[in-house]
Amino acid sequence: MTQSHWLASASTQAESFDRLFLGLSIFSGLIILLVAALLIGFSIRFRSGSKATRHNVPGLHRREIEIGWIAATAFAALFIFWWATSLNLQFQEPPDGSIEIHVTAKQWMWKASHENGARELGTLHVPVGQPVKLYLESQDVIHSFFVPAFRLKQDVVPGRTIIAWFKATEPGTYELLCAEYCGTGHSRMRGEVVVMTPDDFARWLGDQSEGSTLVAAGRDLFTSVGCSGCHAPASAVHAPDLNGLYGREVPLADGRTITADAAYLRDSILLPRRDVVAGYEPIMPDFAKLLDEDEVEALVAYIRSLGDNDQ
Amino acid sequence: MTDIPQTGPADHSYALPPSYLGAGSTLKSWLLTTDHKRIGLLYLATITFFFFVGGVAATLMRMELITPAGDLVSADTYNRLFTLHGVIMVWFFLVPAIPATLGNFIMPLSIGARDVAFPRLNLLSWYLTAAGGALALVSLLMGGVDTGWTFYTPYSTLYSNSWVTLAAAGVFVAGFGTIATGLNFIVTVHTQRTQGMTWMRLPLFVWSIYATAIMMVLATPVLAIALLMVVAERLFNLGLFNPDQGGDPIIFQHIFWFYSHPAVYIMILPGMGVVTEVLTCFGRRRVFGYEAMVFAILGIAIFSFFVWGHHMFVSGQSTYASLIFSLLSFVVAVPSAIKVFNWSATLYGGHITFEASMLYALGFIGLFTLGGLTGLYLASIPIDVHVTDTYFIVAHFHYIMVGGMVSAFFAGLHYWWPKITGRTYSEGFARLAALLMFVGFNFTFFPQFILGYLGMPRRYWSYPPEFQILNIVSSFGALILAAAYLLPMIYLGLSLWRGRPAGNNPWKATGLEWATTSPPPRDNFDVRPVVNREPYSYHDDGSLPSNRDEHEENVNSQDSEGRGM
Repeated sequence: MTQSHWLASASTQAESFDRLFLGLSIFSGLIILLVAALLIGFSIRFRSGSKATRHNVPGLHRREIEIGWIAATAFAALFIFWWATSLNLQFQEPPDGSIEIHVTAKQWMWKASHENGARELGTLHVPVGQPVKLYLESQDVIHSFFVPAFRLKQDVVPGRTIIAWFKATEPGTYELLCAEYCGTGHSRMRGEVVVMTPDDFARWLGDQSEGSTLVAAGRDLFTSVGCSGCHAPASAVHAPDLNGLYGREVPLADGRTITADAAYLRDSILLPRRDVVAGYEPIMPDFAKLLDEDEVEALVAYIRSLGDNDQ
Repeated sequence: MTDIPQTGPADHSYALPPSYLGAGSTLKSWLLTTDHKRIGLLYLATITFFFFVGGVAATLMRMELITPAGDLVSADTYNRLFTLHGVIMVWFFLVPAIPATLGNFIMPLSIGARDVAFPRLNLLSWYLTAAGGALALVSLLMGGVDTGWTFYTPYSTLYSNSWVTLAAAGVFVAGFGTIATGLNFIVTVHTQRTQGMTWMRLPLFVWSIYATAIMMVLATPVLAIALLMVVAERLFNLGLFNPDQGGDPIIFQHIFWFYSHPAVYIMILPGMGVVTEVLTCFGRRRVFGYEAMVFAILGIAIFSFFVWGHHMFVSGQSTYASLIFSLLSFVVAVPSAIKVFNWSATLYGGHITFEASMLYALGFIGLFTLGGLTGLYLASIPIDVHVTDTYFIVAHFHYIMVGGMVSAFFAGLHYWWPKITGRTYSEGFARLAALLMFVGFNFTFFPQFILGYLGMPRRYWSYPPEFQILNIVSSFGALILAAAYLLPMIYLGLSLWRGRPAGNNPWKATGLEWATTSPPPRDNFDVRPVVNREPYSYHDDGSLPSNRDEHEENVNSQDSEGRGM
C-alpha cells in the first residue's frame, strides 16, 4: 500500500490536470482578493460619517468601467475554456497499442477480465507506462468508475459499452471508487487499482489460473447458445458473415452506416432489431434474456478475434 | 416564524396601525385569504417548517460522517436522509423561499399594486405547494425514498424499493403551484404597475422576480414530464429508460437537467434581487450600472436553459456536446461577474452602515463569488471529470444555494421584517446571527472542496479513513451553522411578541413598499403612488450621495404632500 493522505498523481492525465487546477486556483484566488479588497476597502473608506470625499463616477467613466470588466471577464472565461478544452481533446482518444481490459460493474462490485482471460474481483492490475483501454459495462444501474489518483472518472451505463483509458505513471496501489449513487452498497463499492512494473505485471498475468481464455469461452458459447446455427459460413439461414467484421463499416437497412465496434456487436446481440444490416431480414432472436454480461463479453471477444485473423 | 403574527398585545405602546393583519385572526381568515401579503406569510410558515425538516436530516448526516465507518444509522437510512434533505430543501424550501414569500409580499408593493393579478390563483398556488409537501412528508413517514433528489434512472425506475412514486407525485403537484405563481407574477408585473413605473424604473428585485417567474413557467413543466415518465415506468413498465426494452437511462438525465439547471437560477436570481435592494439602501447609493444589471438578470435567465449538459460530462455524452456545453457554461460567468463587480462599485462613494441585513448581503457577495468561481472549475471538462459526483460538487452548490441564496433570504427577511410585521427586532442578535452564519457556513463547506479534490465521492455513508479530519471540521461547522439558524427563530419570535413599532420607513429606503404604512393596509396604499424617477434615488440631486439625515427630510416632505413622488 502506498496510499498517502494527500492525493497521489499517478497518470499522464493527472499531471496536466494538476497544472490546470493550480492555474484556475490562482486565478480564483486573485478574483476573491480583488472582490474582498473592493468590498472591505469601500466599506471602511465610505462608512457612514467618514471624512472621505465622495463624488459620482462621471457617466462616461461608468460606461468604460462596465465595458472594461465585461471584456476582462469574457476574455478570462474564453482563455480558461481554451486551456481546459484543448487538454480534454488531447486525452480524448486512447493511443494505439493499448492494453484492453473489460470492466463490468454491478451492485456493488467491480469485475475485470483481461485479454488472456484472467479475471479479478474488486482489484484491477495494470502495468505502468502503458496505455490501458477499459471497456466499461454495467449489469444493473449506472455506476461510475473513479480513480482519484488518475483524475479519471467515467459513468458506466447499462445497455452501453463506454470506453475510458489511462496511462499510469507510478507503481502503487490506488483507490477505485464508485462515484455514481447506485443504492444501498454505494459507499462500499470500492476497490483497488494495482499499478505494477511491466515485468511484475507479466508475471502476475501468467500466474493467474490458466482456465479458458475469453476468446475460447466465446467460441464455445457461439456454438452452445446457437449463434453458429445461422452465422456459421456453412449455414443455410441468410445471416451476415461475421468473419472480418470487427472494425468494418457496416451499411444498415435504414441507410445509416455504423462501425462494427465492441459496442455495436454488443447491441446487435442484445437488441438485434435496432441496427439491422442492409440486405438481411430482422429475424435474429433477442438474446438479452439468455446471456449475462460476462457471456456477452466473451462472445464479443470471440467475434473480434474473427476480425483479427480473417479466418 | 411558524407563529402567525397577531395584531399585537394589549400594551398600548406596542400597538400597530390598522393593517392587513387586522382582517381576522381565525384560522379560516388565513386559509381563505386572497391577500398576497397573508399568502406570503402562509408560504413563510410553510418553508420555515420544511427548512427545519430538511435541516434535521442534514444534521443527522453530518453526525454520521464524523466517523469513517457507517455506525450511527444504516446505509439505507443514510440514503433516505440525503434524498429527503435534497427533495425538501430544493422543492419545498429553496424554490419557493424568496419568490413565494418575499416576492409575494413585497413585489406587488414595490410596483405600487393593490394585489397580484390573480389573487385566488395565488392562494391555489399555496395549496398546491402545501399539498405537494404533504405528499413528500407522507412518503417520508411511510419509509422514505432512496434515489437521491435527482431520481436517476434506471435506479429510480427498476431498482429502488422505496416510495419513489409518492415523493415524485409530491414534487409534481408542488410544481403546478410553482407554475401558477410564475404565471401570476409575470402578469402582475405586466399589468399591475402603478402610474409612472416604467420597465426601466423597476427595482432590480422586481426584475429578478420577473425573470424567475419566466423560468418557472418554462422549466417546471419539463420537470413534471420527467417525473411523470419515472412514475409511468414504475407503474406500467413502459421501458423508456430500460436498455433491455430499447430504452435509454441517459435520456432521463437530459430531461431532468433541462429543468434543474434553470432551477438553480430560479433559486439564486431572486437572491440577487434582494441583495441589490439591501446594498443600495444601506450604502445610500444608486445601484452601479442599472441597465447592465437588468441585462445580466435576463442574460442569466436565458443562458440557463442551454447549459444543462455540463451536468453530464462523464455520462458518456459526445465529446462535441460536452465542448459546446462547456463553452456556454463559461458564457454564463460573464453576467454573473457583472453583478458581483457592480455590487462592489455600488458601495463606492456611499454612506455605508452595517445593519444585520447589510451584513447578510455582504456575506452573500463573498460566498456567491466563491461559489461562482468554483463553477468555472466545473465548466472545465478535465476538472469536472475529476471532481464531479464528489464533495467538490456538494460544496459548490451549497455555496450558491445556502451561502448565496439562504444569506440573501435572511438579508431580505431582516430588511422587510419591519414592513411585514410592523415591528423591530434586536439588531445586536441579528448581527450576531449573520456573523455566525458566515463563519459556520465556511467551516462547514470549505473543507468539502478539499474533500472533493482529494476524491471523496458524494452520497457516501462510509468513507476511507484518510478523509476523516476534514469531515470532522465540516461537522463542527455544521454545529455553528445550526445554532446560527436557530437564533433568528428566537429574536424574530420575540419581535412578534414584544417588538416596538418600526415606523413606516425605518431604513429610509426609496422603494414604493416603504411609502405605505407598516404593516401595510389590506389594499396596500390609500392612494396608489405615482412614480416620476429612477429607482434607488438615494442621491438628492441624482449626482451627490446624501446621508440618511438629509434623506429623512426628503421623505418627510414627500409624506406631507401625500407621497407625490
